[in-house]
Amino acid sequence: MAIHWTKYSAPSAFYPMAGRSLPWLAAGTLLLTAVGVYMGLFSAPTDYKQGEAYRIMFIHVPAAWMSMWLYIVMAAYAGLGLVYNTRMAHMLAAATAPTGAIFAFLALWTGAFWGRPMWGAWWVWDARLTSELILFFLYLGVMALRAAIDDRQRADRASALLALVGVVNVPIIYFSVKWWNTLHQGATIDFSGSKMDRSMLWPMLILTVAFWLYSFVTIFLRARCEILERERHAEWVGELLDNRG
Amino acid sequence: MGGYGLYVWGSYGVVAVFLALELIFLARRKQALLERLTALREMEEDKS
Amino acid sequence: MFAVTGMVRRDVILAMRRRADVLTTLFFFVIVAALFPLGIGPEMATLRIMGPGVLWVAALLASMLSLGRMFAADYADGTLEQMLVLPQPLSLLVLGKVVAHWLGSGLPLVLLSPVLGLQYGLAPDVLKVLVISLLLGTPVLSLIGAIGAALTLGLRGGGVLVALLVLPLYVPVLIFGAGAVEAHSSGLGGEGHLSLLGAFLLMALALSPWAAATALRISLD
Repeated sequence: MAIHWTKYSAPSAFYPMAGRSLPWLAAGTLLLTAVGVYMGLFSAPTDYKQGEAYRIMFIHVPAAWMSMWLYIVMAAYAGLGLVYNTRMAHMLAAATAPTGAIFAFLALWTGAFWGRPMWGAWWVWDARLTSELILFFLYLGVMALRAAIDDRQRADRASALLALVGVVNVPIIYFSVKWWNTLHQGATIDFSGSKMDRSMLWPMLILTVAFWLYSFVTIFLRARCEILERERHAEWVGELLDNRG
Repeated sequence: MGGYGLYVWGSYGVVAVFLALELIFLARRKQALLERLTALREMEEDKS
Repeated sequence: MFAVTGMVRRDVILAMRRRADVLTTLFFFVIVAALFPLGIGPEMATLRIMGPGVLWVAALLASMLSLGRMFAADYADGTLEQMLVLPQPLSLLVLGKVVAHWLGSGLPLVLLSPVLGLQYGLAPDVLKVLVISLLLGTPVLSLIGAIGAALTLGLRGGGVLVALLVLPLYVPVLIFGAGAVEAHSSGLGGEGHLSLLGAFLLMALALSPWAAATALRISLD
């Protein structure tokens, strides 16, 4: 991604690059999603022990993974933005947060919908769901802080610092919640479930890649909007607008 | 879905809806932005 | 070193002039601790189980609500900006402010907690662990909270925004703080939890002042 190609740290270069990549990313997303969903819903065999509801895992696990990875991505861009003082890094951090938050929410939702038929409760305070909930709050905090500050530079840098503080704390929080959960003899719920059949692994992996591509799509789209808003006085934006109309 | 239909479709459905909505909102944001910026630009050009 | 002690002395003297602030934090602690039985029911057996967690959450909330005070006064009259250009390292000045803040908002809670613990039917040895856990934990809350307070300087949304930012970060402290008391009650011994709280405290002492100082620079530049 644009981390290593310093050429794309200029918004004027990033914008068209993202624009050119989007159709491919979108096509890949649709294709892999279709394949993954089909396999997950129809061609993967019914689990002997868990019945049809286990199919929810094919989207729950990728969503949870994405929420975690995207937080790290967001924190990485935040760090780059603070250290190198580049607008583009901050814009990418801002672009990543909402997608990560949505995946966190979806991980919680699908987790609940999986837990209800499996364990009889819509919500259980197991380590992973609880950590996911806290991760969701961390996302909301970063987004709320950015929204609360009018001065764009202060907003960028404040939410960047918060993202970094968060990312340092995530392992601590996860470890604490795990400890808390085992101590209180919570139900031994393990979302990774029984050993997965090889054929069951495929839909999950395919959907994970599909979610990654989807994230690229939304992040690029959002970043392009950010660029237009922030760089609207630049000459290249002016030319772009003229060529549109 | 072996009786688990509500849960499976409830999951896949919500995921699909949210991801689709995210894209739709982004598309609308872009559209509104472009319109606003073009209008602003025309105003500036009228002035000069 | 003088930077820290000087700042502590200054802030404590200023806080003494506005004693109401310290008292409101204490009263909040007391009221919240009284609300839970009213909501749950007076059976001592239940309260004894819930006591450590409830008291910890009440202390956590009380401490969090007082965060706005840490920098607000100095921010309002411009002293904070002066601190940025002083020769002393900003992180040391921040540490001083955090210590002073804890003396006004954390320590009183620690001292009052045994009394409230009695209301929850906690035994003396349990109370001892509770006090130690709060003694170790409330400074960590102040240290972490300082980062949130610094980031939200002068913003609308006030206390609620700080809460949203800071509460997720408080979770490990809460888990091990209340956990220490419960581990002791169940016979497993709270030493492990307390040691971890101590480790959190050391980490926070090392990292938070610097992070909060950075946050102050971000908010004030």
